[in-house]
Amino acid sequence: MLELQPVSLSLQSAECVCLTGPSGAGKSLLLRAIADLIPHLGEAQLDGHNCSEMKPSQWRRQVGYLPAESHWWSERVGDHFPVLPEAGFEQLGFTPEVMDWQVSRLSTGEKQRLALLRLLANQPHALLLDEPTASLDAANVRNAEVMIRDYRQKYNAPIIWVSHDAEQVRRVADRVYELKAGAVQEVSL
Amino acid sequence: MNVIVLSSLDLILAAGLVGILAVLSLIMQLGVAGRLVIAGLRTTVQLLLIGLVLETLFANVHLAWVTLLAMVMLLVAGREVMARQHRRFGGLWGYGLGTLSMFVSAFATTIFALLAIVGTDPWYEPQYAIPLLGMMLGNTMNGVALALDRLTSNAWQQRGVIEARLALGHEWRVAIGDITRESVRVGMIPIINAMAAAGIVSLPGMMTGQILSGTPPIEAVKYQILIMFMITAGTGFATMAASWIGARHLFDERCRLRLDRLIQGKSQ
Repeated sequence: MLELQPVSLSLQSAECVCLTGPSGAGKSLLLRAIADLIPHLGEAQLDGHNCSEMKPSQWRRQVGYLPAESHWWSERVGDHFPVLPEAGFEQLGFTPEVMDWQVSRLSTGEKQRLALLRLLANQPHALLLDEPTASLDAANVRNAEVMIRDYRQKYNAPIIWVSHDAEQVRRVADRVYELKAGAVQEVSL
Repeated sequence: MNVIVLSSLDLILAAGLVGILAVLSLIMQLGVAGRLVIAGLRTTVQLLLIGLVLETLFANVHLAWVTLLAMVMLLVAGREVMARQHRRFGGLWGYGLGTLSMFVSAFATTIFALLAIVGTDPWYEPQYAIPLLGMMLGNTMNGVALALDRLTSNAWQQRGVIEARLALGHEWRVAIGDITRESVRVGMIPIINAMAAAGIVSLPGMMTGQILSGTPPIEAVKYQILIMFMITAGTGFATMAASWIGARHLFDERCRLRLDRLIQGKSQ
Protein backbone atom coordinates (compact mmCIF):
# COMPACT_ATOMS: atom_id res chain seq x y z
CA MET A 1 0.00 0.00 0.00
CA LEU A 2 1.33 3.41 -1.02
CA GLU A 3 2.14 5.90 1.71
CA LEU A 4 2.49 9.59 1.05
CA GLN A 5 5.62 11.38 2.18
CA PRO A 6 5.00 14.50 4.26
CA VAL A 7 3.56 17.12 1.92
CA SER A 8 3.19 20.83 2.58
CA LEU A 9 1.12 22.77 0.11
CA SER A 10 -0.34 26.25 0.44
CA LEU A 11 -2.64 27.88 -2.11
CA GLN A 12 -3.70 31.48 -2.54
CA SER A 13 -7.29 32.45 -3.34
CA ALA A 14 -8.20 31.57 -6.94
CA GLU A 15 -4.86 29.91 -7.48
CA CYS A 16 -4.70 26.71 -9.56
CA VAL A 17 -2.05 24.14 -8.68
CA CYS A 18 -1.67 21.19 -11.00
CA LEU A 19 -0.47 17.81 -9.78
CA THR A 20 1.20 15.56 -12.27
CA GLY A 21 3.12 12.33 -12.07
CA PRO A 22 2.92 8.69 -13.07
CA SER A 23 -0.11 6.55 -12.26
CA GLY A 24 0.07 5.15 -8.76
CA ALA A 25 2.27 8.00 -7.50
CA GLY A 26 -0.34 9.07 -4.94
CA LYS A 27 -2.09 12.01 -6.62
CA SER A 28 -5.61 10.75 -6.00
CA LEU A 29 -4.56 9.61 -2.53
CA LEU A 30 -3.45 13.17 -1.70
CA LEU A 31 -6.75 14.66 -2.91
CA ARG A 32 -8.75 12.09 -0.94
CA ALA A 33 -6.68 12.80 2.17
CA ILE A 34 -7.32 16.56 1.83
CA ALA A 35 -11.04 15.80 1.36
CA ASP A 36 -10.75 13.79 4.61
CA LEU A 37 -12.05 10.65 2.91
CA ILE A 38 -9.17 8.46 4.11
CA PRO A 39 -7.31 8.37 7.43
CA HIS A 40 -4.20 10.59 7.41
CA LEU A 41 -1.77 12.21 9.79
CA GLY A 42 -1.82 15.66 8.21
CA GLU A 43 -3.99 18.70 8.78
CA ALA A 44 -5.73 20.65 6.05
CA GLN A 45 -6.92 24.22 6.48
CA LEU A 46 -9.40 26.26 4.48
CA ASP A 47 -10.14 29.94 5.08
CA GLY A 48 -8.34 29.67 8.44
CA HIS A 49 -10.42 26.70 9.65
CA ASN A 50 -8.86 23.33 10.42
CA CYS A 51 -10.45 20.28 8.85
CA SER A 52 -10.53 18.45 12.21
CA GLU A 53 -12.52 21.28 13.79
CA MET A 54 -15.31 21.10 11.23
CA LYS A 55 -18.03 18.50 10.77
CA PRO A 56 -16.87 16.06 8.08
CA SER A 57 -19.89 16.75 5.86
CA GLN A 58 -19.37 20.51 6.12
CA TRP A 59 -15.64 20.19 5.32
CA ARG A 60 -16.30 18.01 2.29
CA ARG A 61 -18.95 20.37 0.93
CA GLN A 62 -16.43 23.20 1.20
CA VAL A 63 -13.43 21.45 -0.38
CA GLY A 64 -15.35 19.98 -3.33
CA TYR A 65 -13.59 16.75 -4.36
CA LEU A 66 -14.33 15.41 -7.84
CA PRO A 67 -13.17 11.78 -8.26
CA ALA A 68 -11.76 10.61 -11.59
CA GLU A 69 -14.68 8.25 -12.11
CA SER A 70 -18.17 9.66 -11.60
CA HIS A 71 -20.64 7.65 -9.55
CA TRP A 72 -24.44 7.52 -9.71
CA TRP A 73 -26.92 5.78 -7.45
CA SER A 74 -30.44 6.70 -8.60
CA GLU A 75 -32.19 6.36 -11.94
CA ARG A 76 -32.97 10.05 -12.47
CA VAL A 77 -30.10 12.49 -13.01
CA GLY A 78 -31.68 15.24 -10.91
CA ASP A 79 -31.83 12.99 -7.83
CA HIS A 80 -28.03 13.15 -7.63
CA PHE A 81 -27.89 16.90 -7.20
CA PRO A 82 -27.99 18.03 -3.56
CA VAL A 83 -28.47 21.54 -4.98
CA LEU A 84 -29.89 22.17 -8.44
CA PRO A 85 -27.49 24.19 -10.63
CA GLU A 86 -28.59 27.75 -11.41
CA ALA A 87 -26.62 27.84 -14.65
CA GLY A 88 -23.94 26.08 -16.64
CA PHE A 89 -26.13 23.59 -18.51
CA GLU A 90 -25.58 25.18 -21.93
CA GLN A 91 -21.87 25.70 -21.32
CA LEU A 92 -21.45 21.95 -20.89
CA GLY A 93 -23.76 21.07 -23.77
CA PHE A 94 -26.98 20.35 -21.83
CA THR A 95 -30.37 21.90 -21.25
CA PRO A 96 -32.05 21.97 -17.81
CA GLU A 97 -34.19 19.02 -18.99
CA VAL A 98 -31.15 16.82 -18.43
CA MET A 99 -32.25 16.67 -14.79
CA ASP A 100 -35.10 14.36 -15.87
CA TRP A 101 -32.90 12.06 -17.95
CA GLN A 102 -32.18 8.46 -16.97
CA VAL A 103 -28.60 7.90 -15.82
CA SER A 104 -28.48 4.68 -17.87
CA ARG A 105 -28.84 6.81 -21.02
CA LEU A 106 -25.71 8.84 -20.31
CA SER A 107 -22.36 8.31 -21.98
CA THR A 108 -19.15 8.34 -19.93
CA GLY A 109 -18.39 11.85 -21.13
CA GLU A 110 -21.87 13.12 -20.27
CA LYS A 111 -21.54 11.63 -16.82
CA GLN A 112 -18.22 13.36 -16.29
CA ARG A 113 -19.61 16.74 -17.38
CA LEU A 114 -22.67 16.30 -15.17
CA ALA A 115 -20.46 15.30 -12.23
CA LEU A 116 -18.61 18.61 -12.64
CA LEU A 117 -21.90 20.48 -12.81
CA ARG A 118 -23.09 18.64 -9.67
CA LEU A 119 -19.91 19.56 -7.81
CA LEU A 120 -20.05 23.24 -8.73
CA ALA A 121 -23.76 23.46 -7.85
CA ASN A 122 -22.68 22.68 -4.27
CA GLN A 123 -20.64 25.93 -4.39
CA PRO A 124 -17.50 24.60 -2.68
CA HIS A 125 -14.91 27.13 -1.43
CA ALA A 126 -12.08 25.12 -3.03
CA LEU A 127 -11.86 22.45 -5.73
CA LEU A 128 -9.99 19.15 -5.70
CA LEU A 129 -10.24 17.86 -9.26
CA ASP A 130 -9.00 14.41 -10.20
CA GLU A 131 -8.64 14.35 -13.99
CA PRO A 132 -11.96 16.17 -14.49
CA THR A 133 -11.75 16.12 -18.29
CA ALA A 134 -10.17 12.71 -18.94
CA SER A 135 -13.22 11.29 -20.74
CA LEU A 136 -14.13 14.41 -22.75
CA ASP A 137 -13.62 15.33 -26.40
CA ALA A 138 -11.47 18.36 -27.24
CA ALA A 139 -14.38 20.84 -27.45
CA ASN A 140 -15.84 19.73 -24.13
CA VAL A 141 -12.40 19.79 -22.50
CA ARG A 142 -12.17 23.48 -23.38
CA ASN A 143 -15.73 24.15 -22.22
CA ALA A 144 -15.07 22.45 -18.90
CA GLU A 145 -11.79 24.35 -18.45
CA VAL A 146 -13.54 27.66 -19.08
CA MET A 147 -16.30 26.74 -16.66
CA ILE A 148 -13.81 25.86 -13.93
CA ARG A 149 -11.80 29.04 -14.61
CA ASP A 150 -14.97 31.18 -14.39
CA TYR A 151 -15.92 29.45 -11.15
CA ARG A 152 -12.58 30.05 -9.47
CA GLN A 153 -12.58 33.70 -10.53
CA LYS A 154 -16.16 34.25 -9.35
CA TYR A 155 -15.70 32.54 -5.98
CA ASN A 156 -11.92 33.06 -5.51
CA ALA A 157 -11.71 29.30 -5.14
CA PRO A 158 -8.24 27.71 -5.01
CA ILE A 159 -7.92 24.54 -7.09
CA ILE A 160 -5.76 21.43 -6.94
CA TRP A 161 -6.06 19.82 -10.35
CA VAL A 162 -4.69 16.38 -11.19
CA SER A 163 -3.90 16.07 -14.88
CA HIS A 164 -1.84 13.85 -17.16
CA ASP A 165 -2.24 16.26 -20.07
CA ALA A 166 0.85 18.50 -20.34
CA GLU A 167 -0.97 20.94 -22.66
CA GLN A 168 -3.84 21.27 -20.24
CA VAL A 169 -1.45 21.84 -17.35
CA ARG A 170 0.13 24.72 -19.28
CA ARG A 171 -3.32 26.20 -19.98
CA VAL A 172 -4.76 26.09 -16.47
CA ALA A 173 -1.93 25.94 -13.89
CA ASP A 174 -0.38 28.75 -11.89
CA ARG A 175 2.03 26.28 -10.31
CA VAL A 176 2.84 22.64 -11.02
CA TYR A 177 3.94 19.89 -8.66
CA GLU A 178 5.06 16.43 -9.59
CA LEU A 179 4.33 13.45 -7.38
CA LYS A 180 6.66 10.49 -7.55
CA ALA A 181 6.39 7.52 -5.18
CA GLY A 182 4.44 9.59 -2.68
CA ALA A 183 6.90 12.55 -2.61
CA VAL A 184 5.98 15.96 -4.03
CA GLN A 185 8.27 18.33 -5.91
CA GLU A 186 7.58 21.69 -7.60
CA VAL A 187 8.42 21.79 -11.29
CA SER A 188 8.56 24.75 -13.66
CA LEU A 189 5.71 25.37 -16.08
CA MET B 1 -53.13 -37.04 24.55
CA ASN B 2 -51.88 -40.28 23.03
CA VAL B 3 -48.32 -40.34 21.79
CA ILE B 4 -47.18 -43.34 19.76
CA VAL B 5 -43.72 -44.02 21.17
CA LEU B 6 -41.14 -44.63 18.45
CA SER B 7 -38.82 -47.59 18.88
CA SER B 8 -35.21 -47.81 17.72
CA LEU B 9 -36.41 -50.04 14.88
CA ASP B 10 -38.71 -47.24 13.67
CA LEU B 11 -35.77 -44.84 13.48
CA ILE B 12 -33.62 -47.47 11.77
CA LEU B 13 -36.35 -47.85 9.11
CA ALA B 14 -36.33 -44.07 8.54
CA ALA B 15 -32.53 -44.10 8.44
CA GLY B 16 -32.80 -46.83 5.80
CA LEU B 17 -34.45 -44.33 3.45
CA VAL B 18 -31.49 -41.99 3.86
CA GLY B 19 -29.22 -45.01 3.32
CA ILE B 20 -30.99 -45.78 0.01
CA LEU B 21 -30.58 -42.13 -0.99
CA ALA B 22 -26.86 -42.34 -0.19
CA VAL B 23 -26.46 -45.46 -2.33
CA LEU B 24 -28.32 -43.78 -5.21
CA SER B 25 -26.07 -40.70 -4.85
CA LEU B 26 -23.07 -42.97 -5.01
CA ILE B 27 -24.30 -44.71 -8.18
CA MET B 28 -25.13 -41.36 -9.79
CA GLN B 29 -21.70 -40.04 -8.75
CA LEU B 30 -23.23 -36.93 -7.18
CA GLY B 31 -20.35 -36.59 -4.75
CA VAL B 32 -22.64 -36.05 -1.77
CA ALA B 33 -23.03 -39.61 -0.44
CA GLY B 34 -20.33 -39.21 2.21
CA ARG B 35 -21.66 -35.84 3.33
CA LEU B 36 -25.18 -37.24 3.44
CA VAL B 37 -24.16 -40.07 5.73
CA ILE B 38 -22.08 -37.82 7.99
CA ALA B 39 -24.91 -35.25 8.17
CA GLY B 40 -27.34 -38.06 9.03
CA LEU B 41 -25.05 -39.29 11.80
CA ARG B 42 -24.57 -35.75 13.09
CA THR B 43 -28.28 -35.06 13.22
CA THR B 44 -28.84 -38.32 15.15
CA VAL B 45 -26.05 -37.71 17.67
CA GLN B 46 -26.76 -33.99 18.11
CA LEU B 47 -30.50 -34.46 18.58
CA LEU B 48 -30.01 -37.39 20.98
CA LEU B 49 -27.58 -35.28 22.99
CA ILE B 50 -29.94 -32.29 23.16
CA GLY B 51 -32.72 -34.73 24.09
CA LEU B 52 -30.66 -35.93 27.03
CA VAL B 53 -29.75 -32.37 27.99
CA LEU B 54 -33.41 -31.31 27.85
CA GLU B 55 -34.53 -34.31 29.92
CA THR B 56 -31.97 -33.43 32.57
CA LEU B 57 -32.95 -29.77 32.38
CA PHE B 58 -36.66 -30.53 32.72
CA ALA B 59 -35.92 -32.69 35.76
CA ASN B 60 -33.79 -29.97 37.39
CA VAL B 61 -35.51 -26.68 36.67
CA HIS B 62 -33.06 -23.92 37.56
CA LEU B 63 -32.48 -20.51 36.01
CA ALA B 64 -28.71 -21.03 35.93
CA TRP B 65 -28.97 -24.20 33.78
CA VAL B 66 -31.48 -22.59 31.41
CA THR B 67 -29.20 -19.54 31.09
CA LEU B 68 -26.16 -21.75 30.45
CA LEU B 69 -27.86 -23.67 27.65
CA ALA B 70 -29.27 -20.45 26.18
CA MET B 71 -25.79 -18.90 26.13
CA VAL B 72 -24.31 -21.97 24.43
CA MET B 73 -27.04 -21.77 21.77
CA LEU B 74 -26.40 -18.04 21.31
CA LEU B 75 -22.64 -18.44 20.97
CA VAL B 76 -22.99 -21.22 18.39
CA ALA B 77 -25.50 -19.10 16.44
CA GLY B 78 -23.07 -16.15 16.60
CA ARG B 79 -20.30 -18.28 15.16
CA GLU B 80 -22.62 -19.46 12.39
CA VAL B 81 -23.53 -15.86 11.47
CA MET B 82 -19.85 -14.97 11.24
CA ALA B 83 -18.99 -18.03 9.14
CA ARG B 84 -21.70 -17.27 6.57
CA GLN B 85 -20.32 -13.88 5.57
CA HIS B 86 -18.18 -13.45 2.50
CA ARG B 87 -16.65 -10.30 3.96
CA ARG B 88 -16.94 -9.74 7.67
CA PHE B 89 -15.66 -7.34 10.27
CA GLY B 90 -12.26 -8.22 11.69
CA GLY B 91 -11.52 -8.83 15.36
CA LEU B 92 -14.20 -8.96 18.03
CA TRP B 93 -16.67 -7.08 15.83
CA GLY B 94 -16.84 -10.03 13.43
CA TYR B 95 -18.24 -12.24 16.14
CA GLY B 96 -19.81 -9.67 18.42
CA LEU B 97 -22.03 -7.79 15.97
CA GLY B 98 -24.28 -10.70 14.99
CA THR B 99 -24.18 -12.25 18.45
CA LEU B 100 -25.12 -9.02 20.20
CA SER B 101 -27.97 -8.28 17.79
CA MET B 102 -29.35 -11.80 18.26
CA PHE B 103 -28.88 -11.62 22.01
CA VAL B 104 -30.81 -8.38 22.38
CA SER B 105 -33.58 -9.28 19.96
CA ALA B 106 -34.09 -13.05 20.40
CA PHE B 107 -33.75 -12.99 24.19
CA ALA B 108 -35.95 -9.94 24.65
CA THR B 109 -38.67 -11.38 22.39
CA THR B 110 -38.55 -14.82 24.04
CA ILE B 111 -38.67 -13.39 27.56
CA PHE B 112 -41.55 -11.12 26.51
CA ALA B 113 -43.45 -14.13 25.15
CA LEU B 114 -42.78 -16.21 28.27
CA LEU B 115 -43.78 -13.45 30.69
CA ALA B 116 -46.58 -11.64 28.91
CA ILE B 117 -48.13 -14.22 26.58
CA VAL B 118 -47.55 -17.82 27.60
CA GLY B 119 -47.31 -16.97 31.30
CA THR B 120 -45.26 -19.98 32.44
CA ASP B 121 -44.39 -20.51 36.07
CA PRO B 122 -41.52 -20.08 36.68
CA TRP B 123 -41.11 -17.78 33.69
CA TYR B 124 -37.95 -19.65 32.58
CA GLU B 125 -39.71 -23.06 32.57
CA PRO B 126 -37.30 -24.94 30.24
CA GLN B 127 -40.04 -26.93 28.49
CA TYR B 128 -41.20 -23.63 26.97
CA ALA B 129 -38.15 -21.38 27.20
CA ILE B 130 -35.63 -23.57 25.36
CA PRO B 131 -37.76 -24.58 22.33
CA LEU B 132 -39.02 -21.00 21.94
CA LEU B 133 -35.51 -19.58 22.15
CA GLY B 134 -34.21 -22.25 19.80
CA MET B 135 -36.73 -21.37 17.13
CA MET B 136 -36.10 -17.66 17.66
CA LEU B 137 -32.34 -18.04 17.38
CA GLY B 138 -32.50 -20.33 14.36
CA ASN B 139 -34.53 -17.84 12.35
CA THR B 140 -32.85 -14.72 13.69
CA MET B 141 -29.50 -16.24 12.81
CA ASN B 142 -30.56 -16.68 9.18
CA GLY B 143 -31.87 -13.12 8.94
CA VAL B 144 -28.82 -11.52 10.55
CA ALA B 145 -26.38 -13.59 8.48
CA LEU B 146 -28.14 -12.67 5.23
CA ALA B 147 -28.37 -9.00 6.17
CA LEU B 148 -24.75 -8.61 7.25
CA ASP B 149 -23.49 -10.50 4.22
CA ARG B 150 -25.46 -8.20 1.94
CA LEU B 151 -24.36 -5.09 3.85
CA THR B 152 -20.64 -5.79 3.68
CA SER B 153 -20.69 -7.15 0.11
CA ASN B 154 -22.63 -4.18 -1.23
CA ALA B 155 -20.51 -1.68 0.68
CA TRP B 156 -17.44 -3.27 -0.89
CA GLN B 157 -18.89 -3.28 -4.40
CA GLN B 158 -20.33 0.22 -4.15
CA ARG B 159 -17.47 1.90 -2.30
CA GLY B 160 -17.10 4.40 -5.13
CA VAL B 161 -20.73 5.47 -4.78
CA ILE B 162 -20.48 5.77 -1.01
CA GLU B 163 -17.34 7.87 -1.23
CA ALA B 164 -18.82 10.04 -3.99
CA ARG B 165 -21.80 10.77 -1.76
CA LEU B 166 -19.57 11.54 1.21
CA ALA B 167 -17.56 13.88 -1.02
CA LEU B 168 -20.77 15.75 -1.86
CA GLY B 169 -21.34 16.32 1.85
CA HIS B 170 -23.77 13.50 2.59
CA GLU B 171 -23.81 12.15 6.14
CA TRP B 172 -22.67 8.53 6.52
CA ARG B 173 -26.22 7.27 7.11
CA VAL B 174 -27.38 8.88 3.88
CA ALA B 175 -24.31 7.75 1.90
CA ILE B 176 -24.92 4.10 2.85
CA GLY B 177 -28.70 4.40 3.38
CA ASP B 178 -29.76 2.49 0.27
CA ILE B 179 -27.39 -0.37 1.14
CA THR B 180 -28.56 -0.54 4.76
CA ARG B 181 -32.22 -0.66 3.73
CA GLU B 182 -31.48 -3.35 1.17
CA SER B 183 -29.70 -5.42 3.86
CA VAL B 184 -32.67 -5.22 6.23
CA ARG B 185 -35.03 -6.17 3.41
CA VAL B 186 -32.93 -9.18 2.43
CA GLY B 187 -32.74 -10.32 6.06
CA MET B 188 -36.51 -10.10 6.52
CA ILE B 189 -37.69 -11.60 3.24
CA PRO B 190 -37.39 -15.30 4.26
CA ILE B 191 -39.55 -14.90 7.36
CA ILE B 192 -42.11 -12.74 5.53
CA ASN B 193 -42.32 -15.44 2.83
CA ALA B 194 -42.65 -18.13 5.50
CA MET B 195 -45.55 -16.23 7.12
CA ALA B 196 -47.26 -15.76 3.78
CA ALA B 197 -46.95 -19.47 2.87
CA ALA B 198 -47.72 -20.94 6.30
CA GLY B 199 -50.68 -23.28 6.31
CA ILE B 200 -51.16 -23.22 2.54
CA VAL B 201 -47.85 -24.20 0.98
CA SER B 202 -46.27 -25.60 4.13
CA LEU B 203 -47.27 -26.87 7.53
CA PRO B 204 -44.69 -25.40 9.90
CA GLY B 205 -42.51 -27.93 11.73
CA MET B 206 -43.43 -26.99 15.26
CA MET B 207 -47.14 -27.23 14.63
CA THR B 208 -46.71 -30.54 12.82
CA GLY B 209 -44.67 -31.87 15.74
CA GLN B 210 -47.31 -30.84 18.26
CA ILE B 211 -50.09 -32.43 16.21
CA LEU B 212 -48.07 -35.66 15.87
CA SER B 213 -47.60 -35.72 19.63
CA GLY B 214 -51.34 -35.48 20.19
CA THR B 215 -52.02 -31.77 20.73
CA PRO B 216 -55.41 -30.70 19.29
CA PRO B 217 -54.73 -29.01 15.93
CA ILE B 218 -56.31 -25.70 16.88
CA GLU B 219 -54.08 -25.45 19.98
CA ALA B 220 -51.04 -26.32 17.88
CA VAL B 221 -52.08 -23.65 15.36
CA LYS B 222 -52.33 -21.01 18.11
CA TYR B 223 -48.79 -21.80 19.25
CA GLN B 224 -47.59 -21.69 15.67
CA ILE B 225 -49.14 -18.27 15.12
CA LEU B 226 -47.47 -17.05 18.31
CA ILE B 227 -44.14 -18.45 17.14
CA MET B 228 -44.46 -16.93 13.68
CA PHE B 229 -45.13 -13.46 15.08
CA MET B 230 -42.32 -13.77 17.60
CA ILE B 231 -39.88 -15.00 14.99
CA THR B 232 -40.86 -12.22 12.60
CA ALA B 233 -40.50 -9.53 15.24
CA GLY B 234 -37.27 -10.98 16.59
CA THR B 235 -35.72 -11.42 13.16
CA GLY B 236 -36.81 -7.96 12.08
CA PHE B 237 -35.42 -6.23 15.18
CA ALA B 238 -32.15 -8.19 15.08
CA THR B 239 -31.71 -7.56 11.35
CA MET B 240 -32.35 -3.84 11.77
CA ALA B 241 -29.96 -3.59 14.72
CA ALA B 242 -27.20 -5.60 13.01
CA SER B 243 -27.52 -3.66 9.74
CA TRP B 244 -27.56 -0.26 11.41
CA ILE B 245 -24.70 -0.98 13.82
CA GLY B 246 -22.75 -2.71 11.04
CA ALA B 247 -23.26 0.23 8.70
CA ARG B 248 -22.10 2.64 11.40
CA HIS B 249 -18.98 0.59 12.02
CA LEU B 250 -18.09 0.84 8.33
CA PHE B 251 -17.33 4.52 9.05
CA ASP B 252 -14.93 6.04 11.54
CA GLU B 253 -15.39 9.08 13.75
CA ARG B 254 -14.68 11.39 10.76
CA CYS B 255 -17.28 9.55 8.67
CA ARG B 256 -14.70 7.99 6.37
CA LEU B 257 -15.58 4.68 4.75
CA ARG B 258 -13.33 2.11 6.44
CA LEU B 259 -13.43 -1.03 4.33
CA ASP B 260 -10.09 -1.97 5.90
CA ARG B 261 -12.20 -3.08 8.87
CA LEU B 262 -13.51 -5.97 6.75
CA ILE B 263 -11.70 -9.21 6.21
CA GLN B 264 -12.33 -11.89 3.63
CA GLY B 265 -14.36 -14.77 5.04
CA LYS B 266 -14.20 -18.38 3.92
CA SER B 267 -17.85 -18.89 3.07
CA GLN B 268 -19.59 -19.13 -0.33
